[in-house]
Amino acid sequence: MSGLPRWAELALLPALNLLLALALTALLVLATGGDPVAALTALAMGSLGSADAIGYTLYYATNMAFTGLAVAVAFQGGLFNIGAEGQAYLAGLGVTLAALHLGFLPGLLLVPLAIAGGAAFGALWAAIPGWLQARRGSHIVITTIMFNFLAAALMVYLIVNLLTPPGSMAPESRPFPAASALPGLAGFGFPSSAPVNLALLLAVLAALAVWLLVWRTPWGYALRVMGQSPAVATYAGIDQGRMIILVMALSGALAGGVAVNELLGAQHKLLLGFTGGYGFTGIAVALMGRNHPAGVLLAALLFGALTQGGAELAFEVPDVPSEIVVLIQGLVILFTGALGNMLRPALARMLGRAGG
Amino acid sequence: MVALELILPILAATLRTATPLLLGALAGLFSERAGIIDVGLEGKMLVGAFAAAAAAAVTGNVLLGLVAGIGGACLLGLVHAYACVTLRGSQVVSGMAINIIASGLTATLALAWFSQGGQTPPLPPGARFLPVTLPGAAALAGVPVLGPAYAALVSGQTVLVYLALILVPFSAWVLYRTRFGLRLRASGEHPAAVDTAGISVARLRYSAVMVASVLCGIAGAYIATAQGAGFVRDMVAGRGYIALAAMILGGWRPWPILFTCLLFGLLDAVAIRLQGVAVPGIGAFPVQALQALPYLLTVVLLAGFVGRAIPPRASGQPYVKER
Repeated sequence: MSGLPRWAELALLPALNLLLALALTALLVLATGGDPVAALTALAMGSLGSADAIGYTLYYATNMAFTGLAVAVAFQGGLFNIGAEGQAYLAGLGVTLAALHLGFLPGLLLVPLAIAGGAAFGALWAAIPGWLQARRGSHIVITTIMFNFLAAALMVYLIVNLLTPPGSMAPESRPFPAASALPGLAGFGFPSSAPVNLALLLAVLAALAVWLLVWRTPWGYALRVMGQSPAVATYAGIDQGRMIILVMALSGALAGGVAVNELLGAQHKLLLGFTGGYGFTGIAVALMGRNHPAGVLLAALLFGALTQGGAELAFEVPDVPSEIVVLIQGLVILFTGALGNMLRPALARMLGRAGG
Repeated sequence: MVALELILPILAATLRTATPLLLGALAGLFSERAGIIDVGLEGKMLVGAFAAAAAAAVTGNVLLGLVAGIGGACLLGLVHAYACVTLRGSQVVSGMAINIIASGLTATLALAWFSQGGQTPPLPPGARFLPVTLPGAAALAGVPVLGPAYAALVSGQTVLVYLALILVPFSAWVLYRTRFGLRLRASGEHPAAVDTAGISVARLRYSAVMVASVLCGIAGAYIATAQGAGFVRDMVAGRGYIALAAMILGGWRPWPILFTCLLFGLLDAVAIRLQGVAVPGIGAFPVQALQALPYLLTVVLLAGFVGRAIPPRASGQPYVKER
């Protein structure tokens, strides 16, 4: 629609938007008397400066890849799923129930079952808003926002009242059996202190599967038709209600990957609020990655590095908190999502002039 | 009399908790009636809260705090209007971006300016909105029932509570009885008609978003300088979203919005009261059930199981002027 060449639309524009977000943040640091160069260096060193740091970066990136894929898949169908946070939270319940109640099984059976449990709970929590939109006409954005809060209330109740072992003060479930643990990636040269684990490979496989499903199957084609023009989809005889419910279920199942990475890969118990806002970061990741699995993986790496770097930054540079990364994420969503048309005309003019 | 002593504090707390919801929901009302979806209420309230607390802490003047809170929310509102009206970007994405930016920005600025772990210094009484005692409270004090009720409910609230309540009839008057209101509602229902009449849809929508921002700024100032005594990280704590839910449940109309806000306020007040109270057969009272009720009600209403929620017809759609 913009007349931009493909490479500019896919690479140059996102890069420019990211630079803009970083530049604004640097200006803010400068304006409040901080040192933006030191902050940026701390960000880079903190995220990529050691094998341990890279291990943490990849660990965060795994969460964001899952939620980014969840948001992107729904976007391909024209649906804005703001509920990845709640879906991931509910998926934690599925993972936990499987891990605690099937603990007698060997790891080779237990881990896939726990993953399936997480995916199923995430899928269900997303399919309800999908069903409500498809069959009852309520708007998916509002419903998924409400479902985030419903998930939070439900999980607080379940964790505090039912899952916390009697006598324990900390609001968390009892530890999972050792067999449910996803192996770490020490074999790939990461120190055992880094929480990166096999879920990283699962995320990459999930991205590949999403790409195959959305771009290489009739179902995926129908999904993209629906996303680009519901009218055409109706004319083509696509059952949109069914598509909406299915794609939301898929989206929720993908969001459930956060629970797999966090609970099976690192924490080995269910914690209050373990989703830590990754569902919302997924929006930034999907927008930055242009709703394509490859783009999502790259954007997840970037935001994973920002998160890890931000945590280190808070130690290295006084008076610059790790929340500055949240600001960068918000700016990226603003520039790539809502202000997408800001740079495009000028860029198209510049490239048009240069090209001939 | 015992019942009165139990009920009055809950009702007074209801008014206090309903106020930020009411201000936020009225903000959403103006914006969405003009056709601009506002899921960024939360973010604008948060920035309003921070700016108000920061200014009040530095100057010691609560009115300057209020002005700063309004100003901060308006800056975000300008971004939202620019993204939605001028650039015709996605209104929901812009609102979400504003919420996330507000969360990161306020925490960053709070630490950079005050170095107190992301908070503003606690505000002294002079830099806060304090409850005002209305005339007659002393005279009625001796009267049974009426005296305590007057003292707890009518008198003894902060100025902003009265302001929020007055804004309900005022909003209804503006929306339904003024030319501006008619045009504003028209640009949310059928913008092309507004355009045909030679009135700028863009200007109307900009002003609606700015009205919403002012109200969000007041709501934020209330949270940080009347209800609280200073800014704490993410202190709006989802009330922007509850305001959104109240606006939807209120059917995008001022008076029903007042009732949904009071209902949500009451739920909150009762939930706080019942925290840790044991119920026979269940054990500790499930406070979460009460806290989840606003969201559940909204979902049920939107799904059309009870009543119907009909948003302004053109809300969410960017208007492209014909050439």
